[in-house]
Amino acid sequence: MNAAYVILAAPALGALILLAGHRRLLEPVAGWVVVVLGFVSFGASLWLWVTLLGRPAGDRVARLAIFSWVPVDRLQVGFGLQVDPLSVFFCLFVTGVSSLIFLYSIGYMHRDPSFARFFFYLSTFLFSMLVLVLADNFLFTFLGWEGVGYCSYGLVGFWFDRDRAAVAAKKAFVTNRVGDFGFMIALFLMYEHFGSFDFSRVLAPLAHGATLPTAFATGLGLMLLLGACGKSAQFPLYMWLPDAMEGPTPISALIHAATMVTAGVYLLARSAPILHFSPVTMWLVACIGITTAFVASTIACVETDIKRILAYSTLAEIGFMFLAEGSGDFSSALFLTVTHAFFKALLFLSAGAVIHALADEQDIWRMGGLRKYLPITFGAFFVGYLALSAIPPFAGWWAHEAVLEAAYHKDVWLWVTGVVVDGLTAYYMSREVMLVFFGRSRWKEQRPEPAGAGGGGHGGSHADGHDGEPHDSPWTMTVPLVLLAIAAVVGGVIDLPFPGTDFLTRFLAPVFPHTVVPGFSLTTGTRVAIGIAGTAVNFIGLAVGIVVWLPGLARPRLEPGFLRHGWYIDEGVAGAVAGPLAVAADSTAYVIDRRGVDGLVGGIAALTAGAGRQLRRVQTGYVRTYALGIGIGAAAILIYAAARVGG
Amino acid sequence: MRVPADWYLILALILFVLGGTGLLVRRNVLVMFMCVELMLNAVDLTFVTFARTLNDLGGQAAVFFVLVVAAAEVVVGLGIIVAIFRRRADATADDVHILKG
Amino acid sequence: MSAGTWALTGPRLVAAVGVLAYNGAHNPHAEHLALGADWAVYLVGAGLILAGALGVILLRNPVHCALFLVITLFGVALEFVDESADFLAAVQIIVYAGAIVILFLFVIMFLGVDRKDRIAEEPLPAQRPLAFALGLAVLILVLVLAGFGTWSTGAHSLSGALRSVHGPADDVGRLGQTIYTRFLLPFEMTSALLVISIVAAVVLARSRHRVAGEMSEAEQAALRDADRARSPQRADGGPGTPTSGAPGGGRQDAEVEG
Repeated sequence: MNAAYVILAAPALGALILLAGHRRLLEPVAGWVVVVLGFVSFGASLWLWVTLLGRPAGDRVARLAIFSWVPVDRLQVGFGLQVDPLSVFFCLFVTGVSSLIFLYSIGYMHRDPSFARFFFYLSTFLFSMLVLVLADNFLFTFLGWEGVGYCSYGLVGFWFDRDRAAVAAKKAFVTNRVGDFGFMIALFLMYEHFGSFDFSRVLAPLAHGATLPTAFATGLGLMLLLGACGKSAQFPLYMWLPDAMEGPTPISALIHAATMVTAGVYLLARSAPILHFSPVTMWLVACIGITTAFVASTIACVETDIKRILAYSTLAEIGFMFLAEGSGDFSSALFLTVTHAFFKALLFLSAGAVIHALADEQDIWRMGGLRKYLPITFGAFFVGYLALSAIPPFAGWWAHEAVLEAAYHKDVWLWVTGVVVDGLTAYYMSREVMLVFFGRSRWKEQRPEPAGAGGGGHGGSHADGHDGEPHDSPWTMTVPLVLLAIAAVVGGVIDLPFPGTDFLTRFLAPVFPHTVVPGFSLTTGTRVAIGIAGTAVNFIGLAVGIVVWLPGLARPRLEPGFLRHGWYIDEGVAGAVAGPLAVAADSTAYVIDRRGVDGLVGGIAALTAGAGRQLRRVQTGYVRTYALGIGIGAAAILIYAAARVGG
Repeated sequence: MRVPADWYLILALILFVLGGTGLLVRRNVLVMFMCVELMLNAVDLTFVTFARTLNDLGGQAAVFFVLVVAAAEVVVGLGIIVAIFRRRADATADDVHILKG
Repeated sequence: MSAGTWALTGPRLVAAVGVLAYNGAHNPHAEHLALGADWAVYLVGAGLILAGALGVILLRNPVHCALFLVITLFGVALEFVDESADFLAAVQIIVYAGAIVILFLFVIMFLGVDRKDRIAEEPLPAQRPLAFALGLAVLILVLVLAGFGTWSTGAHSLSGALRSVHGPADDVGRLGQTIYTRFLLPFEMTSALLVISIVAAVVLARSRHRVAGEMSEAEQAALRDADRARSPQRADGGPGTPTSGAPGGGRQDAEVEG
């Protein structure tokens, strides 16, 4: 079990090394330090997993106390780790995917002036994420939660000299604060009711027969859901995620697709015993998930930025995870989480390779025909495309079908909407692949204006050495692509829907006992039927997308304006929240601050200066005057005493 | 019967007021110093008087220490005066006001 | 010290001398004689004190002031004797009259015996009336407080009783025992204080010399010129006194040492 310490210590050590030596470490060294330590962490996770498998299923929870953090009277909070199937599961894919993306970053961030800073953030992020999933109490989880939020802010705004990146970073941070507010309220409620934040005192009794009042469970569950929505970019707190694509592409892959945004999924899965007592919250989780998935998928159909399309698909996928959790099938949600981590990281990294090869071009209308120039990248992207579109037998298909089964069991309309979203996903991913890798090479025609998406932050590395011809990336970038592609193809085997092969579900079963996660079973006929129906829709979406977009022609009627504006949700939120806020801020700045506060401060300053000017005359320089002052003071005290006596 | 304590206290008060007034009126630093000595003696007198009235040896011990401190003060004070007078031959306490900022 | 006491004792002051004479003539009782002697000593001491104090603050010549200060100090010593503080009375004479006043006189002589206050020139016109008013006010206020107030003297200290059947019988012995036991730490600290003041006096006495050593040649020359320009004036002002032109004397000392 002590491997858990190694899991945490390795990225912390990496962060400290870079913090101490970021001015002295040369470019590749800083990256390799973090990569090696990331793989160490991954190895420790594997070791921990094997250790856990060696134990009987009922005895797979271990708590490691590090030290007491908040020892205040009744409130006892410690820095402690909880090793159980859920946390080990997250550790495995977080460290694994992270290490591959770190490796990729060495190539991608080549020649960036802030190379070491980037890797410092990466290492800090990994540490915070592992704290989040390994903590043994909600407050410690919250620490990691804020840590990943901070790293996300720093990395979205990594190229802070670009206005759009800085604004996006602020937007991500502020939106996350709304969610954090919910999380904090949940913490207060938890302390009020349980007197503790420890999983062992809050969750464990609920899993073993204790009950919770429905009203309280609903309140607590809604606040946790608000927190999860903020971190996982769910409706209505989702708009920060597409904007967060301003960050470097490895960050989009790591934080805003594979790992951090699944923190909300983790939180809800961890809180399953609480949610169980509030059917309303469970319904709301499912509805928010499916709403987000639908809205995001429709917007993705008209988006033209290669990374923003993927960002919207991420929203949709996380919506699916929420849908599964709301439907009471947590292991399916986690199954989708891990497969999604594989293929979405793969897609982002491939997209990064494309952007890298095309001088920071991100508009898919200025791409096309890249299949011939970037064969490895194309292959990787294509695998990810099929996996995301839920085409059998790729990993995404197994996970999507598991989620849709749960949705069908919950409500048939959830299932219908889910299938539609899946079809839309296949459609817009086809559109993206066709426009980027097939058709005419439009980037040749529109070359005169390079770097349309702004900047050239990692600057100049693409322009030299390939005579304008895009080519595949160095091995540090392609190796992770290949490994992730393999995972995206075969990742489904970890939880096959056949008797005896549902490894993941059985592994996680101790975390979700039947007392709080009842589970369900559909007849084999039903499962086959809904599986065939859903898969058929996926294929239809795929075919429509290929047929419509293979020619690479603009089709404005398929890109309606309200979708281009994202259903006007962003504008609506801005108008409803930012408008009154701006008015309030203006009145504060120009009325209250200038007239009131400034007047007060200025008045005090003038008073002090005037009093000083007058009182300066008292300073005559004559010793006798000062002695007289002392005498008068003594007389005043005597007068006071005499008055007291007389009175 | 001894002289009542009141009489000593009144005498000390008068001496103290005389010393204080002299300190405020005189400009010669040396004379001002002497006035301080007058005030110290007035206080000494009250100490001794209270020691007798309250039957407490502490009053007399306090006078002893006042004597020592006064001696030290005179040594340093006169040293300062000499140092000032070296600079300005006709210095009074008022002349130090040229140091005013 | 209540108003009643004051009202009772007030008239007795007026009658004191008369009582003294009457007792001496008509009443052979020793106690009455002792009472008379106490009063006599008190009155003599008070007269000396007040006369001396008035002399200090009113006379223009610092030498006279110093001499009147001696008178006051003698008066205070007399009062000490009257209050049975024999040791303090002796120390008062030895330290104050014998050492401190001599030091005063030495400095006065050192700086020039002819120097007098220019009372006519008063740069602070309000100072003198204010000072007198203040003195009067304090006097009256304290009397009012003494007359109407209730004094709270607090608990007795632990330094021992003045009149005790235990321990040494005489005043010197008791005081010495207290200072070397109860007040040992303050007593040792006074020794440190004296050392510090001695060092300070040495530093102050040498300061001119050291400053001169640090000055550049040009500055020293300028200083010498300034002194030379001042010295004839001083010679006019103080003929016949060997220590006149004290700063010059000081400078000579410094030069000899240097």
